[in-house]
Amino acid sequence: MSAGEIRSSKAEELRVVHQPLPRHDQQEKIAGSTRYAGDLAFADMLHARLVRAPVPSAKITRRDAATAAAVPGVVCVLFGEDVPHNVIWVDVPGQTVEVAALKASMEVLATDRVRFHGEPVALVVADSEEALGEACDLVDIEYEELPGVFDPAEALAPGAPAVHAQGNLLGEWNIDRGGVDEAFAAADVIVEGSYRTQAVDHAYLEPEAGLGWLDDEGVLTLRVATQVVEHYRDVARILGIPDSRVRVIAPYVGGGFGGKEDMTVEPYLALAVWRTRRPVRMQWTRQESLLARPKRHAMTLRYKTAARGDGTIVGQEVDITADSGAYAYLSALVLLYSSVHACGPYRVDNVRLRARCAYTNNPPTSAFRGFGGMQVVFGYESQMDLLARRLQISAADVRKRNALARGDVLPVGQPIETEVLLAQTIDAVCDRAGDKPHPSRPRRAVGRGIASNIQSYGRLVWLNDSAAAWVGWQLDGSLTVRCGVPDIGGGQASSLAQIASEVLGTPMERITVHFGDSSLTPLAGTTTATRQLLMSGNAVYEACTMLRAGVLGAVAEATGQPADGLRLEPGAVTAEGFEMDLREALVTCRRRNVPIEALGTFFGPKGKPVVRDLRADRVFPDFTFGTHLCDLEVDLDTGKVRLLRYVAAHDVGRAINPRSVEGQISGGVVQGLGMALLEEVTLDNGVNLTGGLFQYLIPASTDVPDIETVILESGEGLGPFGARGIGEPPIGPPSAAVASAIHDAVGSRPVVLPITPERVLACVDAAGQPGWIP
Amino acid sequence: MSQALTVTLVVNGRPVTRAAGAHLTLLRWLREEAAATDPKYGCGEGICGACTVLVDGEPVSACIVLAAQVDGAEITTAAGLLERDGSLGPLQRAFHTRHAAQCGFCTPGMLMAAAAMLSTGHPASREEIRAALHGNLCRCTGYGPIVDAVEAAQQEGRR
Repeated sequence: MSAGEIRSSKAEELRVVHQPLPRHDQQEKIAGSTRYAGDLAFADMLHARLVRAPVPSAKITRRDAATAAAVPGVVCVLFGEDVPHNVIWVDVPGQTVEVAALKASMEVLATDRVRFHGEPVALVVADSEEALGEACDLVDIEYEELPGVFDPAEALAPGAPAVHAQGNLLGEWNIDRGGVDEAFAAADVIVEGSYRTQAVDHAYLEPEAGLGWLDDEGVLTLRVATQVVEHYRDVARILGIPDSRVRVIAPYVGGGFGGKEDMTVEPYLALAVWRTRRPVRMQWTRQESLLARPKRHAMTLRYKTAARGDGTIVGQEVDITADSGAYAYLSALVLLYSSVHACGPYRVDNVRLRARCAYTNNPPTSAFRGFGGMQVVFGYESQMDLLARRLQISAADVRKRNALARGDVLPVGQPIETEVLLAQTIDAVCDRAGDKPHPSRPRRAVGRGIASNIQSYGRLVWLNDSAAAWVGWQLDGSLTVRCGVPDIGGGQASSLAQIASEVLGTPMERITVHFGDSSLTPLAGTTTATRQLLMSGNAVYEACTMLRAGVLGAVAEATGQPADGLRLEPGAVTAEGFEMDLREALVTCRRRNVPIEALGTFFGPKGKPVVRDLRADRVFPDFTFGTHLCDLEVDLDTGKVRLLRYVAAHDVGRAINPRSVEGQISGGVVQGLGMALLEEVTLDNGVNLTGGLFQYLIPASTDVPDIETVILESGEGLGPFGARGIGEPPIGPPSAAVASAIHDAVGSRPVVLPITPERVLACVDAAGQPGWIP
Repeated sequence: MSQALTVTLVVNGRPVTRAAGAHLTLLRWLREEAAATDPKYGCGEGICGACTVLVDGEPVSACIVLAAQVDGAEITTAAGLLERDGSLGPLQRAFHTRHAAQCGFCTPGMLMAAAAMLSTGHPASREEIRAALHGNLCRCTGYGPIVDAVEAAQQEGRR
C-alpha cells in the first residue's frame, strides 16, 4: 500500500515533530509486555461482579443476599444502601428543563427502581471467579415490571410512562438565525429529507477492567481502563472521603472512543476495596459491555434546505430528536454538539434548529467519538447531494460553493477564525481517486460518493479547560515528562515526547513520559473531545519553552555568549564557534539557581455558557475540516455492498507524527464504515438483544479496503506547531459518503443506518417508482 | 467443585505444570497460572481473536479451548516471537516500523494469526493476508498498517 500523502501550505523547519517516527509505546505493545488494566494482579486480591437488571423498567420489590452470601468464597454482597453516597451526579449548565442547571443523577446501585436492561443492582465480592459466578446467580432480586417507553418521540408524547419523575424531556437546544421564512419564500429550490442514525457500541477490544487497592498511606488507588483519571473526585464523593484520598491511575488503555469517558468499573471497585480493605479486581465481560455501557445516541434528523439556482444555500431548517436512554450522562452536551454542527462546514445565514433529547427505557447513551457532531453529517451531507442532484451541479461544486471560509459565522454565532481548507480537501480526494471504476460483472452497479464535515476540537469554552505538564532534565541530559494525560491508544503520550524532543533537542529515546496518574502527574484533563494535543501538547510545549529559555540564559550569562545566538542541540548548547556539553550546561543552571524543571499550564480559550436558545460568539476553541470519497459496488440482486476504494483528506494543521495522524484517520474511517454498513445495538422494547461480538459486527479486515489518506497542513490550528485535533473528525463522513455512493450506484438514497443489504435492495426497488427522488 | 487436574504446557519454550480445574480455559490458565498475560480477553467466545495463541503451531482462540484439552502442547504467544535477547522478532519489527499497533490490545493475537499464516510459506497477496487475519478484530488502525506489516515481514522472510 502506498503511504499517505502530505500537502503543506506553510513550511517550517522541524527536526523531530512532523517525522513519521515509531511511537515510543509500540515496543512493549508489540512485545506483548504492556500491562493493561486487567493484566495486573495481587496474590491476595478479591474479584467483584455486578448483578444487573434483567428487565428494562421495573420496581424492585425484594432484595435478599442471604443465599448468595453463603456461597463459599463470597466476602460480601452489597446493595445501594451499602454505598455511602449512592448517587452519581450529572450537571449540565445551560439547561432549563429544571430550574437553573440540570441536576440529573443516577444511583450507583439501584434500590427501588430500574430503568434499563442491565442496570446495576448488586455488587458481589468473592475470592474467586468461580464463587462469583455461583453467587451472582443466587442474589435474590424480585422485580415488578412497569410500563416502559422505548422511543424518544413517544417518550415526549402526552401520557407516556415517565422514566424520571421530572418528565422525559432531558434537554433541548434551539437556534434562530436570520429570517428563515423569508429565505425559504425567496428560494429557487427546496430539498427535504428525513434521516435516522442508530445506537452503536464503541466495541474497543479491551472490555472495562481495573484493579483497586489501599496503598501504604491508606489512599484508595484504582488502576483502571479510563479516559478520565479526574473521576477520582466522583469516587471520593460516592465514598464521602476527601478527594486527596483517592488516586486513579490509567495505564495504557485498550481503546476508548468515548466509551471510557464516563465511569465504568470505578465506583464498584472503589466500593469493594473500601468495604473489604483488600485488593479487588473487576473485569466486565464483553456481554456486559455490550449490554449496559452507554451507546451512541440514535437520532432522527429532519432537514429542509433552501437554495438559489446556482446552489448557494440561503436557509436551513433542522429538527433533531435523540434517544438519551435511561439516564442523563452526557446527552445534553452531545445534543449541543449536534446543534452547533448541524449545518456542516457551510455558510448558512438563515437557520431554524430545534433539537431535543428524551429519556427512554433503552440503554443510556453518552460520549462516542464525534459526540453528536457526527450523526448530523449523515443529515447535512445527504442534503448537499440532494441539492446537487436537483440542480444538476456536481457534488464537489455544490460543497465548494457553500464552503465556510475564515471570517464566516456559524449558525450559533461563532466566527471561524482560522483558515479553512475545505475546498482543498475536496480537490484532494477527487484528484487522488481519478476516474470511477467500472462494474466487475453484469447486475453490479458502481457508485461514488463524497462527504465533507466540520468537527470541533477542544472542550466547550465555558468549561474553563486547562492542562498541566511537568518537564524536567535529569543531570545526564535525559528528560522526564510528567503529564496526567490518559493514553487510550492514539499516541497521546508519545506525541508529548515528540514535542519535547523538538523544543529541547533531546532525542526521543532519552525521554520518558509518565502519564495518567491523578496523584503523581499534573492533571491534564480528559482524553476526550479531541483535546489532548491542543491541551497537554501546549502544556508540554510551554514547559519546554521555559526550560530552554532557562538553560540558554544561564549559559549566556556564564560564558558571555549572546543568548540569541545559542541553540539547543542533542547533548549540547551550541553557537557559532561555541559548544558546551548539555550536562555542563545543566550544572551551570544549578550553580546559578536556574531551575532545570518546569510546570507548564495551558488554558483553553474562554467563553460564556450558552442557554437553551443558542447564541454565542464562541462555543468551541476551533474546528477541523475534511472530505472523504468512497467508491463501491452494489450487487443488484442481493444488496451486498463491496467497498472498492476509500480516500480521506483532512486539514490537520500540522501533523506532529504523520503515521499517528494516518492511523487516526484510517481507524476513524473504518469505525465510521462499521456504523454505515454493519453495526447496530438491537433493542426489543428496551431488551438489549445484542449479546456478543458474533451479533454485533464491527468491520473485520476483509470488510474494508485500504484507507488512503491525504494530510493537508494549513499550519492554522491552535495546538503546538499549528496542529489541529484529528481524533474524532474522521468518523464523521463515512456514513454519508457510503449513502451517497449507493445513491449514485442504484439511483435512490438510503436514509436509515446501518445500510444493510435489505435497505440497499429497497433503494434498488425504489429507484424510478412514484415518489422517488432522483 | 470441578475435578482437580494437572496440566503441563510448554509456554514459549518453558515447561509449566500447574493445577487446572476441568473447566478452566486455556486463556485463563495462561493468564492466571502461567503469568502469560499477552493473550487478551476480548470477548470470551472466540470471535475477536485477541486471545489467539499457537497450539503446536496452529492458531487457536484460547478463550474457547480448555487447558486440559491441550495438555502437553507447545504454546506460543506474542512473547514467544521475541529474539533470544528480548528484542523484537522479524514479524514484530515489521509491526513496529509500519505503525501497526495503536491501543495494542489486539496486537498479541494479531501477531499470532499473522505468524501462523507466514509459517505456511505460501506467498500471500494483500487480499489473502486480509483473509488470514479476518478472525482478529482491530478497532483502532483500520487494518491497513497491519496488512502492510505482514506484507513487509513476508517480503523480508523471502529474501
